[in-house]
Amino acid sequence: MATSTRRKTPAKSKAAAKPNASKEELLHYYKEMLMIRRFEEKAGQLYGMGLIGGFCHLYIGQEAVVVGLEAVAKEGDQRVTSYRDHGHMLACGMDPKGVMAELTGREDGYSRGKGGSMHMFSKEKNFYGGHGIVGAQVPIGAGLAFANWYRGNDNVSFAYYGDGSANQGQVYETYNMATLWKLPCIFVIENNKYAMGTSTKRSTTTPDLYVRAEAFGIPAKKVDGMDVLAVKAAAEEAVAHCRAGKGPYVLEMDTYRYRGHSMSDPAKYRTREEVQKMRDEKDPINMVRDILLVGKHASEDDLKEIDKDIKAVINEAAAFAQESPEPAEAELWTDIVA
Amino acid sequence: MATNILMPALSPTMEEGTLAKWLVKEGDTVESGMIIAEIETDKATMEFEAVDEGTVGKILIAEGTEGVKVNEAIAVLLEEGEDASAAESAGAAPAPAETPAEAPAPAAAAPVAVSIPAEAEIPEGTSFKSMTVREALRDAMAEEMRRNDDVFLMGEEVAEYQGAYKISQGLLDEFGEKRVIDTPITEHGFTGLAVGAAFAGLNPIVEFMTFNFAMQAIDQIINSAAKTLYMSGGQMGCPIVFRGANGAAARVGAQHSQDYAAWYSSIPGLKVVQPYSAADAKGLLKSAIRDPNPVVFLENEILYGRSFDVPEIEDYTVPIGKAKIWREGTDVTIVSFGIGMQYALAAADAVAEMGISAEVIDLRTIRPMDTETVIKSVKKTNRCVTVEEGFPVCSIGSYISSVLMQQAFDYLDAPVITLAGKDVPMPYAANLEKLALVTNDEVIAAIRAVTYK
Repeated sequence: MATSTRRKTPAKSKAAAKPNASKEELLHYYKEMLMIRRFEEKAGQLYGMGLIGGFCHLYIGQEAVVVGLEAVAKEGDQRVTSYRDHGHMLACGMDPKGVMAELTGREDGYSRGKGGSMHMFSKEKNFYGGHGIVGAQVPIGAGLAFANWYRGNDNVSFAYYGDGSANQGQVYETYNMATLWKLPCIFVIENNKYAMGTSTKRSTTTPDLYVRAEAFGIPAKKVDGMDVLAVKAAAEEAVAHCRAGKGPYVLEMDTYRYRGHSMSDPAKYRTREEVQKMRDEKDPINMVRDILLVGKHASEDDLKEIDKDIKAVINEAAAFAQESPEPAEAELWTDIVA
Repeated sequence: MATNILMPALSPTMEEGTLAKWLVKEGDTVESGMIIAEIETDKATMEFEAVDEGTVGKILIAEGTEGVKVNEAIAVLLEEGEDASAAESAGAAPAPAETPAEAPAPAAAAPVAVSIPAEAEIPEGTSFKSMTVREALRDAMAEEMRRNDDVFLMGEEVAEYQGAYKISQGLLDEFGEKRVIDTPITEHGFTGLAVGAAFAGLNPIVEFMTFNFAMQAIDQIINSAAKTLYMSGGQMGCPIVFRGANGAAARVGAQHSQDYAAWYSSIPGLKVVQPYSAADAKGLLKSAIRDPNPVVFLENEILYGRSFDVPEIEDYTVPIGKAKIWREGTDVTIVSFGIGMQYALAAADAVAEMGISAEVIDLRTIRPMDTETVIKSVKKTNRCVTVEEGFPVCSIGSYISSVLMQQAFDYLDAPVITLAGKDVPMPYAANLEKLALVTNDEVIAAIRAVTYK
């Protein structure tokens, strides 16, 4: 029997005991993470209805990572990630309507329906994808950082990748160049423990991935990626290092995805109990919710109201994504060369 | 309002499945994210999570039912305050997902049309300077780097060593180490890095010591550089040049002797240039650096040291996508590019003595290909021989041949002969290497065959 994902009584979690964030900050994290979760649940639903095709990789469970990192980003900073990218897009301020309409392959999607779930971009928000090839976004992220270095500004680039990508050779080619040229790049390893169905234990003898940075002399840290405040604190340190021109920084986020690798996932490589335990004990949204309630920053009713508002935004995005027409057939032949 | 929970599609191809197990029963409260059922497809058993909150009002499909169609209602979910009677009025299942419109008739397999700027005539009285291809390439880069601070060169040994083939000689001195960057031997990594820099608006020139090593990086060239403009709906381009020695050199064996023209030319989103003369090398490289698209610029080690007349015109550019007629003729059209031109021109000289007038076309750009010039010529000569050093299977010549068959069939008086390197890895032995490449004699024989002389 499945149990509830949301505890009714706030537990005295470690974070709840010493919240070092303002009410506004906490509410912001809560809203951002909830927005991603509700968006992803809706995407899963639309996929189930056949409205979203192909591959669809949901970010549910990992919300604290991107929300905590985006909390320290400033205008002009860039980000690039893998195909599990919906959360990153929402967190950097892209419009849920445009993202959802891309998922349904429609004209009003960010790529006018030509990219899909894994390939979405926003020049305006400095979001450079959405990359479908495991690990290929890592040198690209360093290249964005290179542009900052070349131009002499103090922007940083966030290159997100997973524990699966961490075994790609180009990641270490990139580490080497990034530190050689002191590029302002924050490598964020989202270690959710499973590369598709292969656990880190079965893919490497060094399951602590951040230690690999040591070989290149890059400062690195392992962070509780389920705790948005811990993520933000680590991100602050990393960003300060990069903005000061001291070169790259590696953050390994200990995180967990609740859902399958993609929508078609046999879920045979881990137990249901393992997933449920994470949901019950480590859920990043519940953690902030608890702090808000325990600290009396918000009431149950306040949070219900937020939940309602977010649901409305998501429902609107879902409706928009279904109403938007398919791209005109002429779109087949556009944007091939500039 | 009561809502139907629908049978989900759990993979791109799933049309129906087995409702293996319910994990909730009527009357249970569910929350979004909760696993409510197990669905079995031909691939695997998968968990099905609830999206909305509510109470399970009615289970419509019993567990163990096989062949449940995607989007069929399997249960009714009641909102807070509703009772089971609402389940009855949950209404018919919503309209199934839109079926895709009937596929349009396939368009002709023509590559995308691009507008090619006209090539400026070289004004009369222009003086020419004899220059090697090597010097022409260097001058092109230097001029563009002077013109635009966002242009930079990166690659192995391009700076302090002055280029493995001395193409970047003097650039470090003039532009400094920030713009002429020696990389570690790490093609995959530095290519991806340069692509990222191009996404951010810089104009990188990536030198591959030879294109053989670019195979380590071909994913970044194709999947990242070539496709992103399209995948981003036109938002994000990649203004980058990938250049370096391509094709057979001399006696360096199979791994260092390969022509990649056909590989890159099959990729939408790339432009592919392969010049023969120094003037074209200079003019085309300048155009490539200014182009907003990724350009694969294929050079040739043997040609680096050859001298040609280069017009002494300030800011001399050659448009990408325009072939050049080197020699006019009436009896046969020889189409080539890059080092293949040396065989084409030598053979044209040789057959002239036999009274055969050959027209020689240098494609210069392979993609987008100036097929118009080729077709026009073949309509005049009614015969065509293509010459290249690449492998013969799916070669550039095969493509030209197919274009001629479709667009100039009635004008052909002989089958097109496509000459290429032999269908073997490049051997090391001097005699075998010669046999593996195209020869003047083969081109002469092909010309005689199509002209029946």
